[in-house]
Amino acid sequence: MVSLMDSPMRPPLIRKSPVDSPSTANGASFSWSQISRELGESSDGTINIAHLAVDRHARSDRAENTAFRFLGTDGSTRNLSYRELAGLTDRFGNTLKSLDVQKGDRVFVLCGRIWELYVAVLGALKIGAVVSPLFLSFGPEPIRSRIAQAAGKVLVTTASAYQRKVAALRAELPSLRHVLLIDDLGAGNIADTLDLHALLRAAPETTALVPTGPEDPALLHFTSGTTGLPKGAIHVHSAVLTHYATARIALDLHPDDVFWCTADPGWVTGTSYGIVAPLVIGATCIVDGADFDPLRWIHILESERINVWYTAPTAIRLLMKAGPELFAGHRFPGLRFIASVGEALNPEAVWWGQDVFGRPIHDNWWQSETGGIMIGNTAAQDIKPGSMGRPLPGIAAHVVRHQEGEPVTVIEAPDTIGELALETGWPSMFRGYLDQPARYRECFAGNLYLTGDLVRRDADGYYWFVGRSDDVIKSSGHLIGSFEVESVLMEHPGVAEAGVIGKPDALAGEVIKAFVVLKRDIEPSEDLRLVLLAHARRRLGTVVAPKEIAFVPALPHTRSGKIMRRLLKARELGVPEGDDSTLAQGEGR
Amino acid sequence: MTQKHEQIRTEVLAIVRRLAPEIDPTRIVPDKPLRTQIDLDSMDWLNVLASIHEKLGVNIPETDYGKLVTLDGVVAYLAEKIPAAPEE
Repeated sequence: MVSLMDSPMRPPLIRKSPVDSPSTANGASFSWSQISRELGESSDGTINIAHLAVDRHARSDRAENTAFRFLGTDGSTRNLSYRELAGLTDRFGNTLKSLDVQKGDRVFVLCGRIWELYVAVLGALKIGAVVSPLFLSFGPEPIRSRIAQAAGKVLVTTASAYQRKVAALRAELPSLRHVLLIDDLGAGNIADTLDLHALLRAAPETTALVPTGPEDPALLHFTSGTTGLPKGAIHVHSAVLTHYATARIALDLHPDDVFWCTADPGWVTGTSYGIVAPLVIGATCIVDGADFDPLRWIHILESERINVWYTAPTAIRLLMKAGPELFAGHRFPGLRFIASVGEALNPEAVWWGQDVFGRPIHDNWWQSETGGIMIGNTAAQDIKPGSMGRPLPGIAAHVVRHQEGEPVTVIEAPDTIGELALETGWPSMFRGYLDQPARYRECFAGNLYLTGDLVRRDADGYYWFVGRSDDVIKSSGHLIGSFEVESVLMEHPGVAEAGVIGKPDALAGEVIKAFVVLKRDIEPSEDLRLVLLAHARRRLGTVVAPKEIAFVPALPHTRSGKIMRRLLKARELGVPEGDDSTLAQGEGR
Repeated sequence: MTQKHEQIRTEVLAIVRRLAPEIDPTRIVPDKPLRTQIDLDSMDWLNVLASIHEKLGVNIPETDYGKLVTLDGVVAYLAEKIPAAPEE
């Protein structure tokens, strides 16, 4: 095993042999209609994500193959075959029907990585309901605002999460007709809720499928902007074409593979690639219910014989921090392909994969709005460590000049920084922001979707992440909007104003830091700092609340009164305040 | 429980409370997994471990994370690592 210390100079390219995987060669023959035919498009024009992910296999000779293998925190395991999953998702779909849930109604899920979550997501998709997964680490406020915005009709959650985060909000959520509980506390009946297990037992296992068309909404993923409420990105059933194609091309996933996507379904990666994509392929998905633990992860990679592993930079950096000794004596002969998403992966991490697993880590790029991987390092393509790779087949990317008040123009010259833009038309492109048509329109210029990410493309067509074009914070791979955090801080009676930035962090990429101006006559103190921190964490939850709070006498503003978060960040970093290029570099890594 | 265990428990709870001041320590069930009772994400947890290193002088290697699931587990682990104070 090679230590990073031994070889500080690494070549800029990891060469791949073209025979690595014939299925991932960037063929010119790619077309979305070909993908649709491969998936077995129906003659009546209907398409349903859950049907293609589950029922299709359950009615084939793959029916007894394991779809999910759940690893419990207590050491327990539970396998669900495609046949069993088809039955359970039919039961869940029929349960929803019996509760008068109609096609298009919104169903929220809020729980850890337990089997019920996966059954609920797929069962709801089967009957044409629109599924929106929430992250369990959200506090009551992000939960309330998302359910309220989407007029959520059903929430599937655990008794513990319900009591801690939702029960007190019920009066503020009139749309929420049914809460289906997984009784993890053994507490018995809780008022205004229904017992999910009892409902599943009572429901018939007859087919629950409701016909859905390619443009019918299927998934709602909330994401954050700099200003205003979170945006609910709407995805449709035909997105499954992208999930299927990218799982093969960008993740090199095959039907007999054991696949581990470490992302939580509360985030888009955990839904697109933790649920839909691997099932559509027909692979076996490992789902670990526990929190990150380096030894546990090594054990899972080894003992579950993972073939394809999709994880995130923060987790990789935590494993690197643990040191190579941790991997001594462990063997991963089945591990064929490792990929990472969430934020740009530093070259050292790409090489670390090569050192520890004998496989480089393949960074790729996408976002909630794109629904699936758009740009990536594939199995058959040389890797330039630090680059997100090249556009996948079926995806046309450009670097554009995008400045307010000026027309968007495509930059042809290589190595020029601009905004990443994608030609519209791929199946998993979002079809709207829920009830925010103007914000949706602002994302497009002609036939280009403007991603908000600054990149450069080199002469070989590889894309390199540079920074965000806005003030959105990216912490442990998750987008967090300053506005949502600032609003909650300003709810506190002592706070006059708050400005929130992402402070660069070696492990998380960025951590959330809040600058708080107190009202006149209120003195800053350590006690008050703790009170504000408690308030923010209680309302927002751990992933959205600031990790640091600093009191300042005033915040910098533009003439129009907007908080200049870039300036706050420049001051925090100690870089010249007027020098945007330095700032962009600081944001990049 | 010894006085040493009690002191360690008090110190650990103080560290957790500095990072997650919304937590009510009296509601923590000491033999149940800590992170299912209180919201601590991975970054919070690393900060807890860093503070333990700083305040109690115990550097916890990644291989030992599995021993630190419950509050009782954390206290027992630290009690083993911290030499007895001279006055004890």
